[in-house]
Amino acid sequence: MRTKTWAPYALIAPTLLLMAVFLVYPIGSVLYYSFQDYNVTQPWKNGFAGLDNFRVMLFEDPLFWQSLVFSAKWVLVEVGLQLALGLVLALIVNETFVARGLARALVFSPWAVSGVLTTGIWILLYNPSTGIFQQLAQWGIGDAGTSVLGNPDTVFPATVVTELWRGVPFFAIMLLADLQTIPKDLYEAASVDGANRWRRFLSVTLPHLRDAIVLSTLLRAVWEFNNVDLIYTLTGGGPANQTTTLPLYVARKAVDSHDFGYGSALTVAGFVILLFCSILYLRLSKFGSRT
Amino acid sequence: MTETLVRPAVDSPPPTPPQRRRKSGHHDPSRVFRLHLPLLLYLLFTLVPFYWMLVFALRPTGSTALVPWPMTLEHFDTVWNGIGFGVFFTNSMIIAGGTLVAVSVLALMGGYALARFQFKGQRVFLLALLCSQFIPGAMMLIPLFVIFREAGLLNTLTGLVIADTAFQLPLALILMSGFVRNVPVELEEAAMVDGCTRLRAFFAVTLPQLRPALVAVGSFAFIGAWNNFLFALMFASKQDKFTLPVGLSYALGEFNTDFGALAAGGVVAAVPVVLVFAVVQRYLVQGLSAGAVKG
Repeated sequence: MRTKTWAPYALIAPTLLLMAVFLVYPIGSVLYYSFQDYNVTQPWKNGFAGLDNFRVMLFEDPLFWQSLVFSAKWVLVEVGLQLALGLVLALIVNETFVARGLARALVFSPWAVSGVLTTGIWILLYNPSTGIFQQLAQWGIGDAGTSVLGNPDTVFPATVVTELWRGVPFFAIMLLADLQTIPKDLYEAASVDGANRWRRFLSVTLPHLRDAIVLSTLLRAVWEFNNVDLIYTLTGGGPANQTTTLPLYVARKAVDSHDFGYGSALTVAGFVILLFCSILYLRLSKFGSRT
Repeated sequence: MTETLVRPAVDSPPPTPPQRRRKSGHHDPSRVFRLHLPLLLYLLFTLVPFYWMLVFALRPTGSTALVPWPMTLEHFDTVWNGIGFGVFFTNSMIIAGGTLVAVSVLALMGGYALARFQFKGQRVFLLALLCSQFIPGAMMLIPLFVIFREAGLLNTLTGLVIADTAFQLPLALILMSGFVRNVPVELEEAAMVDGCTRLRAFFAVTLPQLRPALVAVGSFAFIGAWNNFLFALMFASKQDKFTLPVGLSYALGEFNTDFGALAAGGVVAAVPVVLVFAVVQRYLVQGLSAGAVKG
């Protein structure tokens, strides 16, 4: 549409301004701080530090490596399970059945719930004396045992299940949206060619969903990598830093010890790793090159 | 009002026939294992935690009944008046409401620009919007904290509205441009031929068509801001500026023996967003299938 040229710029100007101040500038300053000694509690030490923060991080800080490994484990397990369950759920609620709208609203609803609230709900559910396991034991199913969140063997699965509860609906919604764009005649054609249900899923549904799966998996992986609210409130990173993720470690450095320089170096490391993995992932999955 | 809500979105896919005419139809016994049973299991997984919270919130302290009867509102009184969830609720409402308005207006403007104009730098702008999705709020804490301190925005609700808006806007804008693209431009052009200015044509013709889009985009901005924990935790340390997630996180630490109060606080935090979400989730699915997924 032909028009005066300033109009679109005026329309996106506020967005540009917000992005400049809250996204672009912070990225630049994280980079800047990462080469500085910048600790609010020790201002006399502040100044240019060169690569010192990075040297300490890489060679003298086991907690950096530990949190990085846990972050990777968390993302892989959480996103893998969410994708698998979300795909199944999307296929189910894409079928026609009675009260489908209500069923969708109900099974999607945890997606609207915050991480802190999720924690609150599951703490009630996991509680050793009044929770669901105690109740089941009363009915003779399993035994109540001890607190699943206090036990080092069960804290990880318990945290994973809790995050699944609110994460699966994300994939279900994204994939359901894409399922609805698959032309029905593709299935009919496949049926005519003698493809059974499983074959139709493999040859029609899955290829069509590919880009949506790649994109939502990447988005979710980034979000789960940076998940702070749930882990922070559920385990606080414990026991013994076993569930400390990299962002949680950053937050602790920044907030508890006010070490902005070192925290920024950790942040930069997180950025670089995330960026590298994202690009690698998009390359390997050949995103957007659908045939 | 009800009528506008049930009206299908302009970009909804053509309605599927109410019954799929398969030979086996609805009496196919495999549907029980393929559909009903897994759905039932998943419903249990979803709803049992919600129910557990509700039971704790409604039954008297010390009771272990699975049906909260006789019901009591004592826990709600404790958290609302005693712990201050009334104040937190108001703060959350102001922040989420402010973010809703700001995001809706800005996304409408930007989405319209992306959908209706070709301009220099458009691709770069779109790319920046997409890339911003990969920039984690948690990783921006330190510089944002410094910005907030310098700007005097710490412990203000305004500051939280601005920060939430900045982080919700990119995705909202991408979604909105998809919605605008689905409104035929010919309608607008016809109005302009009839003598409308572009602005009037937009308000008279296009905006009414975008009502479902605004409901979707606004609601998700509301939900996002309502749930934002990290910014509220970091940038609002005074108790009279706490939001519900922050209040709840303190309740987790400090009142973890009073499960009734914790559950009641959870109900207060959950009810508005879950209700909003239940009403608008279908617009989200429609909006995403309208092309936003394709980027």
